[in-house]
Amino acid sequence: MLILNCPYCGVDAEETELAAGGEAHLKRFGPGSSDDEFHDYLFMRENPKGVHFERWRHSNGCGKWFHAARCTQTLEVFGTYSAQTTEPPKEIKDAITAKRPGWTWREYE
Amino acid sequence: MSEPISALNHASYDGIAKVQECGLQGMITLRGDLSDKVLAKAVKDATGQKMPGQREAFVDGESGVCWMSPDELLVLVPYVEVEAKLAAMTNALSGTHALAVNVSDARAVFSISGSSAREVLGKLAPVELSSKAFQPGQIRRSRLAQVAGAFWMDDDQTLRVVCFRSAADYVFNLLKVAAQPGSEVGVY
Amino acid sequence: MSTRLAKQGRLIDRSKQVTFTFNGTSMQGYEGDTLASALLANDQMMMGRSFKYHRPRGVVASGAEEPNALVGLGQGNRFEPNQRATTTELFNGLTSVSQNHWPNLEFDIGAVNTHLSRFLPAGFYYKMFIHPKPFWKHVYEPFIRQSAGLGKAPDKDNRDADTYEHFYAFTDVLVIGGGVAGLQAAKAAAQSGAKVMLIEQTAHWGGRAPVDGGTIDNEPVDKFVEQLVSELETMGNVTMRSRCMGAGVYDHGYVLGYERLNDHKPGTQGPRHRLWRIRAKQVVTATGAIERPLSFAGNDVPGVMLASAMRDYVVNWGVTPGERVIVATNNDDAYRTAIILKQAGVDVLRVIDARAAAGPLAEEARQLGIRVDPGKAIAKVKGGKRVKKVAICNQEGIGGAREEVECDAVAMSGGWSPVVHMWSHCGGKLIWDDANAHFRPDPARPPLGANGEGFVVAAGASNGPLALGDVLTDAHAAGKAAAKAAGFKPKNTKAPAGETTQEAAMQAVWLMPANADVQLRMKSWLDFQNDVKVSDVQLAAREGYESVEHTKRYTTLGMATDQGKLSNINGLAILADALESEIPKVGTTTFRPPYTPISMGAIGGEARGEVFQPIRQTPMHDWHDENGADWEPVGHWRRTYAYVRPGESVHDAVNREVKNTRENLGLLDASTLGKLIVKGPDAGKFLDMMYTNMMSTLKVGKCRYGLMCSENGFLIDDGVVARIDEDTWLCHTTTGGAERIHGHMEEWLQTEWWDWKVYVANVTEQYAQVAVVGPNARKVLEKLGGMDVGKEALPFMEWRDGKIGDFDCRAYRISFSGELSYEIAVPASQGQAFWNALMEAGKEFGVMPYGTECLHILRAEKGFIMIGDETDGTVIPQDLGLHWALSKKKEDYLGKRAHLRSHMADPDRWKLVGLETVDGSVIPDGAYAVGEGVNANGQRNMIGRVTSTYYSANLGKGIAMGLVKHGPDRMGEIIEFPGTDGKTYKAKIVDPIFYDKDGEKQNV
Repeated sequence: MLILNCPYCGVDAEETELAAGGEAHLKRFGPGSSDDEFHDYLFMRENPKGVHFERWRHSNGCGKWFHAARCTQTLEVFGTYSAQTTEPPKEIKDAITAKRPGWTWREYE
Repeated sequence: MSEPISALNHASYDGIAKVQECGLQGMITLRGDLSDKVLAKAVKDATGQKMPGQREAFVDGESGVCWMSPDELLVLVPYVEVEAKLAAMTNALSGTHALAVNVSDARAVFSISGSSAREVLGKLAPVELSSKAFQPGQIRRSRLAQVAGAFWMDDDQTLRVVCFRSAADYVFNLLKVAAQPGSEVGVY
Repeated sequence: MSTRLAKQGRLIDRSKQVTFTFNGTSMQGYEGDTLASALLANDQMMMGRSFKYHRPRGVVASGAEEPNALVGLGQGNRFEPNQRATTTELFNGLTSVSQNHWPNLEFDIGAVNTHLSRFLPAGFYYKMFIHPKPFWKHVYEPFIRQSAGLGKAPDKDNRDADTYEHFYAFTDVLVIGGGVAGLQAAKAAAQSGAKVMLIEQTAHWGGRAPVDGGTIDNEPVDKFVEQLVSELETMGNVTMRSRCMGAGVYDHGYVLGYERLNDHKPGTQGPRHRLWRIRAKQVVTATGAIERPLSFAGNDVPGVMLASAMRDYVVNWGVTPGERVIVATNNDDAYRTAIILKQAGVDVLRVIDARAAAGPLAEEARQLGIRVDPGKAIAKVKGGKRVKKVAICNQEGIGGAREEVECDAVAMSGGWSPVVHMWSHCGGKLIWDDANAHFRPDPARPPLGANGEGFVVAAGASNGPLALGDVLTDAHAAGKAAAKAAGFKPKNTKAPAGETTQEAAMQAVWLMPANADVQLRMKSWLDFQNDVKVSDVQLAAREGYESVEHTKRYTTLGMATDQGKLSNINGLAILADALESEIPKVGTTTFRPPYTPISMGAIGGEARGEVFQPIRQTPMHDWHDENGADWEPVGHWRRTYAYVRPGESVHDAVNREVKNTRENLGLLDASTLGKLIVKGPDAGKFLDMMYTNMMSTLKVGKCRYGLMCSENGFLIDDGVVARIDEDTWLCHTTTGGAERIHGHMEEWLQTEWWDWKVYVANVTEQYAQVAVVGPNARKVLEKLGGMDVGKEALPFMEWRDGKIGDFDCRAYRISFSGELSYEIAVPASQGQAFWNALMEAGKEFGVMPYGTECLHILRAEKGFIMIGDETDGTVIPQDLGLHWALSKKKEDYLGKRAHLRSHMADPDRWKLVGLETVDGSVIPDGAYAVGEGVNANGQRNMIGRVTSTYYSANLGKGIAMGLVKHGPDRMGEIIEFPGTDGKTYKAKIVDPIFYDKDGEKQNV
């Protein structure tokens, strides 16, 4: 059972306080987008063995959504960060690079 | 107006700690920019307390203010004053982007008191409640078994627990089980 | 016979006699006994029968690894099956019964299986119960069910009398195991200042070291343990729990501890078990080692025991399992048993050592007059319910040239395996240690924690070292390492010095004799509880089972309640040999939690009875309960389905409520409907994205019915939205939807449009809301007095704040029934008083409360959809004829883009229609409509399904709504719904509005 630090209230929350919200940093496509763009936005998801970016909500807590970068294989957590961002911040990417040199995820590396 | 009645009307239970439904407590959910001076003044005017920092709770009797999230406070005032305080607060915040609503009747409040109070709650919430980790002045939002709850300490042996009104019966029964005689854990 | 010795027994108090029963026979033991030691003291060696062949089984071990001595404990509402006699502390009045036999333990019909064992080989069930197919239900399944399970399940009418609880604990270092290694590791860790928790599964500290002897810092082990325990007890940063087993190690330092508080004193006040949900920064596993049996023919006969267990019984409980004992071994340690037995006055006939040479302990034994036979093996143990004699042969060879020796007990030792379970639960890897012929933790590959570093350190015998001195050194280092990894600075201290007699090398012996013939292998047990023999594993290998995991499942090796604690290594050594491979290549099966079975009660904790799950109650809950409420769960809420009067059926009550609400006055407790306040300069813009229709243009004081879709386009919720002021809206959600839709709104605000100025608050429970419905609705409100609720002052789809009677309220003129209807919200604390006032004032107007079924029928008569009935997560507004609620003006809203996808615009989608049975009957819930032809599976083609179906008392017939292919274009057509009752229901496709099509009743 995971522990993630909620960047909003500072609590090291165990998984029973949290709700998983799927892949992070999806770009929304609405009216005017092509069928392919919309299809990918709705359905296409990363399923990596290794570095992954996810959304979580501190649902039994402060109620805030946040992002987590972690390894799906070892469950190592590289860091958690604000939900109000469209891509992982530099310090998170650096933390991953320190542990997993050469990592890539979607367009990030 | 007829006499308002709290969820469990002061029900109580004595076990390894005393569990009591506290009756009606005035509560206002206030959402806004917590660094805003107008908002801070409105809170101070209503409660006499300064703006709490992350997970802080400044409570004195029936008045106080608890940090709920980076943009939310729980403002405590005596139940009979809640409408007046809310009106004053709404008035003070009229030019500010903020939301203040009365949630007094949407909640139930319990106190758990006695030397085993921390242990009673420690059976239901996945939170470290040793005196080193949790003290008066702090608030924690978590879960109480299967429902959401928040709690702070009145003093070193008294916890105050807030949950939704509809779950009051469940939470009271939970606390009764957790406080049953002979169930001291002996760690806190 | 097995009997109590005159001396010895460090754990028993001979001044305190205890009376207990076994299979109805009263017996005596002492305080400090386990049930197993007390049974042995009463010469009760046979304690049960095995699972498959019902063979007589005696106790073989002395602790958690015991596979055989499983009993049913207690009576009535405290009965529990499958309890290990070896870990059951004796108390006055204990009642126990043996298991898996009929009619009794001594004489058992099922034992005939043992004579059929040739015909019940590995994989028997897989091979046998395949054909013919019809036999499955009526022959095989009853047979398997009858023979499945060891103990008797508790009687369903006798609910467990005990209570259980969880406790959340947090520590820097958790040490699992309170033997000398665990104690020493705890001390080393605690000296750094780290917070340490130490748990031990038995009632005693020190583990087995005091039995095995030796000295620590020149003191006897017992004394060392005593001093160390009292030292730890005085340290403020150490928490110690005995009778608390480490059950499992999970991700990110999560560990379950299973504390048995009252098992040794049942009926005591307080919970019986406590499940500790521990979070540790570092975990030290000091779980010791378990001795392996030797595989020889007849090694399952009662009286054959582990050598270590035999000396435990002598030293700890003053009991000898036999009077004339033979010891069989492949290592020096078993000589300790021979010596201890001899010193206790027991006749030790031989030590049969498979090795050519032994160490100093053998010399010590010889000097005590014990005969040592090197290079020998047990060919066969003879005896049925008790060891009678042993046939001895050379270890090398097939088992010929035997010499027979009469005896009544055999102590066996095949070497020691570290208890690596806790290390392995969360992914720690093992390495093979050739010298000791066991797997031990690979320190280079520990389980990884949240920071990517190892969070488990193995200590003492569970890490490989077996000699006392090595164990202490290893444990001391492990304690320091754990403290360091947890962020503390360990003190520069040295481990205490442990001294024991030097041991010569052991020799791996996986079969006795080495080339035993098939007759012997068929009687050489690996798994005592599940009856898996050497020959079974060899057969599996011949049949192609190369993976140890597959072999385990095929043979059931290690799948019994002991999870292979004794059989695992021996079994895979046999498999490796049969596959002509090496043990480390074959590998081991996965160790999974819990370490030993834990009670269901402990897992459930407090969640039983009235707190099994939360039941949400409205402010008027108790009134409903006192007035005949037939409850319906809606999410966690309880809502009244119907108010049943004395003498009425539920169906009668529903019909009465339906008619009365249409003709007079009905009250519905609508408090459960979600109420969300949405406020801010961007609130209108935000709600335009959330709802399919336009909310920003709603005028203050007015209400609008809105639909919500997911980004996929599917309907997720609906409800009436009221505009409160210039930048505030109140959104009603469905009963189950308040938290979900609140979360949905917050998700979009926090993760997509975080620059929009909007705040949302869930005020659902602030209000008690009552729907006042029917032709007399206005009359009752006017009688109470207060605000003007007239047609002009409060028109349809508007709301006003004001007072009704004494009550501050918000009145919404909205209708989900087609009647004149108000929904009145008052503070929850006054909900009951308001309800009472309405009931009292409504008497002259024929008031009756109504429940959710009446609500459903009234709305269905009007063709109103219900989220969850007409929708199921695959339905879009267009399917339900709700095009009018889809804004064409808005550029964007959640679901808009999805509705353009080809499948969403498909004209063949099933669409909402009304359904009227030809004969007035009610179509069964969930029925499907069938059309022409069959599909690829030969089933009738489906052309639609019922979504809501009721008997309408107002119309005197069955009415329904359903989704039907091309439905709206097929008005008047009759389609067929086959029911599961064998009947086919014919229904005409009609307009879904059955009642008051022009809406005249609500517009008054």
